[in-house]
Amino acid sequence: MKDSQTIGTPVIDARGLNLTFQTADGPVHALKDVNLSINKGDFVSFIGPSGCGKTTLLRVIADLEQPTGGTITVNGMTPEAARRARAYGYVFQAAGLYPWRTIEGNVRLPLEIMGYSRAEQAERAARVLELVDLKGFEKKYPWQLSGGMQQRASIARALAFDADILLMDEPFGALDEIVRDRLNEELLRLWARTGKTIGFVTHSIPEAVYLSKRIVVMSPRPGRITDIIESPLPRERPLDIRDSREFIDIAHRVREGLRAGHGDEV
Amino acid sequence: MRSSVLPVLTVIGLILAIWYVGSVAMNQKWTRDQAARTGAELTFAQIVADTMNQRRPLLPPPHQVASALWDGVTKEPVTSRRSLVYHSWITIEATLAGFSLGLVIGVSMAVGIVYFRVLDASLMPWAVISQTIPIIALAPMIVVLSNSLGLGERLGVENRLVSKAIIAAYLSFFPVLVGMVKGLRSPDSMQTDLLTTYNATGWQSFAKLRLPASMPYLFASLKVAIAAALVGAIVGELPTGAVEGLGARMLVASQFGQPLLMWASLFAAAIVAGLLIIVVGGIERLAARRMGVRP
Repeated sequence: MKDSQTIGTPVIDARGLNLTFQTADGPVHALKDVNLSINKGDFVSFIGPSGCGKTTLLRVIADLEQPTGGTITVNGMTPEAARRARAYGYVFQAAGLYPWRTIEGNVRLPLEIMGYSRAEQAERAARVLELVDLKGFEKKYPWQLSGGMQQRASIARALAFDADILLMDEPFGALDEIVRDRLNEELLRLWARTGKTIGFVTHSIPEAVYLSKRIVVMSPRPGRITDIIESPLPRERPLDIRDSREFIDIAHRVREGLRAGHGDEV
Repeated sequence: MRSSVLPVLTVIGLILAIWYVGSVAMNQKWTRDQAARTGAELTFAQIVADTMNQRRPLLPPPHQVASALWDGVTKEPVTSRRSLVYHSWITIEATLAGFSLGLVIGVSMAVGIVYFRVLDASLMPWAVISQTIPIIALAPMIVVLSNSLGLGERLGVENRLVSKAIIAAYLSFFPVLVGMVKGLRSPDSMQTDLLTTYNATGWQSFAKLRLPASMPYLFASLKVAIAAALVGAIVGELPTGAVEGLGARMLVASQFGQPLLMWASLFAAAIVAGLLIIVVGGIERLAARRMGVRP
């Protein structure tokens, strides 16, 4: 698996991707002619209004939806083969921790399923919980933690096994702005420490600009990519970078892209 | 806790008051008839006093029922056929056997229904229909069938116990089935998607997600199921010519004109039901603590 990820080979590669849902109100074109490649170690954000297919695209990468046209490879394999090889960790909008398991038990869940030894489960759980700053909360149950802490636990759960890709679907969407800022900072630090390839769905422009190396702007009906922005911001990003000229310029370009996507609908 | 004592006592007091009034009203006819036969004139106070202590009252007053119950429980050795403890135990045995059988049947049917579409369409309607048939009509048939098949001899237990347990199971499997179907289906698509991303097997998603998620639903059903099983066991004792068990005791008492015994048996059944529900509730609390439920 590692050999296929040499420099220059994209980790995720979509060509002419199409997905049409058949609904009672007729077909819905969720994805139309999506071309995208994500390189190893990238942090790529997908931004757009609801219905633009950003979550659908993430779910296609994760083999949770099947495209109706085009090709996509993950780690050089089909998404299904990649899923079976446990190539990615997925973080959902809600933390979705099992209420009957402790925080540590929740982090162990994927490890139990994947057949890690008990000793290794304990060692890995301790390591990732420290990584997301939840050391000391191992024996707590989810209801004893705040929403932000629960979402951190769910990120730890996705990091616990050796997946090089982290797919995140609006993970901080339900949190307040202060908690969100802190988690954004922590996520960047985590990205720097682990070197994972991250796909991140959001509808917040500042969040996308602050986090990403590349921003994929999408628009709805049919869901398609309207702009891909390479961020000139440095990897090291303190929170106040959001007041800098470059940051404001990128945010402006994202906003323009979103507006253009909406324009041809009216 | 403290604030609930007063309302509960008020309700109990009210019930007792109505009960006493009813006893006087219903039993006074017999007192008057007796007096008329001897030509005696009775004051109201004398009538009331007599209605409180008849040997075969139409509606025995609470203290008579209580003392019959007390005598039935404490005055006889528990191995005696006159002891209510003895008869209660016979009924509890059948209840627990039927409840266990109903639990196994209900859970396995629920698993089948959740995992196989065919069973969902074919089994569920029959389960619903089964509960619309009056059990009192079905009980004699179950007794005859299980006796003629000799199920008891094959299992090494009494035939009567087997037929009572089957009737109890017939009533108790249904709430378990309904609760477990709902419980096993309770995880949302996000939670099942998560397991898909782990490439979990069907067995793993059952054992690690669906089964633990169904526990609160199961325990809610178990309280209904244990009470239904007790009703089933008692009903199972009525048409079988049984001489043992609370149901048999009630039937004998009503046929031989022993209202005190009938009411005492009835209350014994109610107390047994309460105790069984308390036990199930205790197990539920233990399970909840182990599963980290918010207290």
